[in-house]
Amino acid sequence: MAYKQRIDGRKFDETRKIEAKVGIIPRADGSAMFRTGNTVAYAAVYGPRNLHPRFLQDPSKGILRCNYNMMPFSSFGERVRPGGSRRSKEISLVTEKALLPVLDLNEYPNSVVDVFIEFPQTEAGSRCAGISAAAMALADAGLSMKDLVAAVSVGRVDDKLVVDLDYNEESYEDGPVADIPVAMMPNHDKITLLQMDGLISTDELKKVIEMAKKACKDIYKVQNKALKEKYKAEAE
Amino acid sequence: MYKELRNHIIKLFGSDTRLDGRKFTDFRPIKLETGVASSAEGSARVNIGKTDVIVGIKTEVMEPFPDTPDEGGIMVGAELLPLSNPDFELGPPGIEAIEIARVVDRGIRESKAINFKKLCIKENEKVWMLVIDICTINDSGNLLDASALAAVAALKDMRFPKYENEKLDYKEKTDKKLDLKDLPITVTVIKIGDKLIVDPDLDEEKVIDARLTVASLSDGTLCALQKGGDYPLTAEDIDKMVHIALGKAKELRRLIR
Repeated sequence: MAYKQRIDGRKFDETRKIEAKVGIIPRADGSAMFRTGNTVAYAAVYGPRNLHPRFLQDPSKGILRCNYNMMPFSSFGERVRPGGSRRSKEISLVTEKALLPVLDLNEYPNSVVDVFIEFPQTEAGSRCAGISAAAMALADAGLSMKDLVAAVSVGRVDDKLVVDLDYNEESYEDGPVADIPVAMMPNHDKITLLQMDGLISTDELKKVIEMAKKACKDIYKVQNKALKEKYKAEAE
Repeated sequence: MYKELRNHIIKLFGSDTRLDGRKFTDFRPIKLETGVASSAEGSARVNIGKTDVIVGIKTEVMEPFPDTPDEGGIMVGAELLPLSNPDFELGPPGIEAIEIARVVDRGIRESKAINFKKLCIKENEKVWMLVIDICTINDSGNLLDASALAAVAALKDMRFPKYENEKLDYKEKTDKKLDLKDLPITVTVIKIGDKLIVDPDLDEEKVIDARLTVASLSDGTLCALQKGGDYPLTAEDIDKMVHIALGKAKELRRLIR
């Protein structure tokens, strides 16, 4: 049986409904919200600021620290126990690696840039939404960046290649599924996050990465607009 | 530590005003929104000025505690997220978060607004547990009152999920609401010098002498109290503070209704 039509009626290369907003947390140095469908990410940036304990400091450059956390009520299933899990630690790590290539932290020796990513509700694709939110928050914090980072999950559901899988697609049972979170530097055509769960051929992988590139460029437009909107509003 | 700030605040008090121009018993503008996290069975978001708090409720079915075999219950947790304040750190809840969670819990529990017996599904075997989680988004002072208000609003917003043949289906919410007999409202009154104020901002919080948190019912009955701060209160202070809190509670209760 083939996957003829997406469960929620989207085109195969269409993301869920996306929204972005910058400057949502006044106390942070930079902040942003990114939403795709039922997944909502908030990101706050604090820093560059002093790094304690001191043994973590790098005298040659600043370091980036990311923390991914789901709020206890953010799952449509059972409550998520507060405090980190192995999963959230791994996602924090790959988030850091996805954002680092666009930053220049050489000017901030012994310092840290902290990025806290929180989710009031999640329904698939949270790490990508978190990265997209965090990139905007870093820009809002005024850090020098050579590009933004936009992220989306792509993949395969049965015989079709799809963009921005939702929960029903991730848990599709009538055929094989591959879930591939991708983050891109949209102006450099470079990939900063790539993971995969599932089965896919090398040919399909090639094709689906091209689909991710296109989707990330669309997401970048939304991010860019949200950033401009905040500073336009401030100028008025 | 904040001697200059304190002197300045007290000087302003002398001309009947505060740092941001408010009167002593004025709250900052309050915004309350429910249904803010569709993954939760009930949720609410409260903004008091720039302070921003989300509360979500997940319902669980569990075995009752042995001493109350025919009663369900509530559990309250507070996460002072490092995203909301540069001084908050990652890790297990600190004493500040624990106090907020426990005071919010007592305000609801002791009000008897929820009949825990009605949360019993089968005696000795299965009861509903309502897990109320407070998450701070932006801390600009007075997290406690914001959290308590959001918690009660989230309870009012709550719908039970489907439970059939000993199976809980979170995907299907029912029309069944929680029976709330009253709306307990929590208001904290602050003492700085010889003045009593409500809804402190971040600067006022730095220099408080004492605080009294008062949870009350719609008929004015008190249901929970918590005294905080490093300095003592007189019986006269307490009487005045309770009256201020009761007056403010009436205003806040209207926001939920």
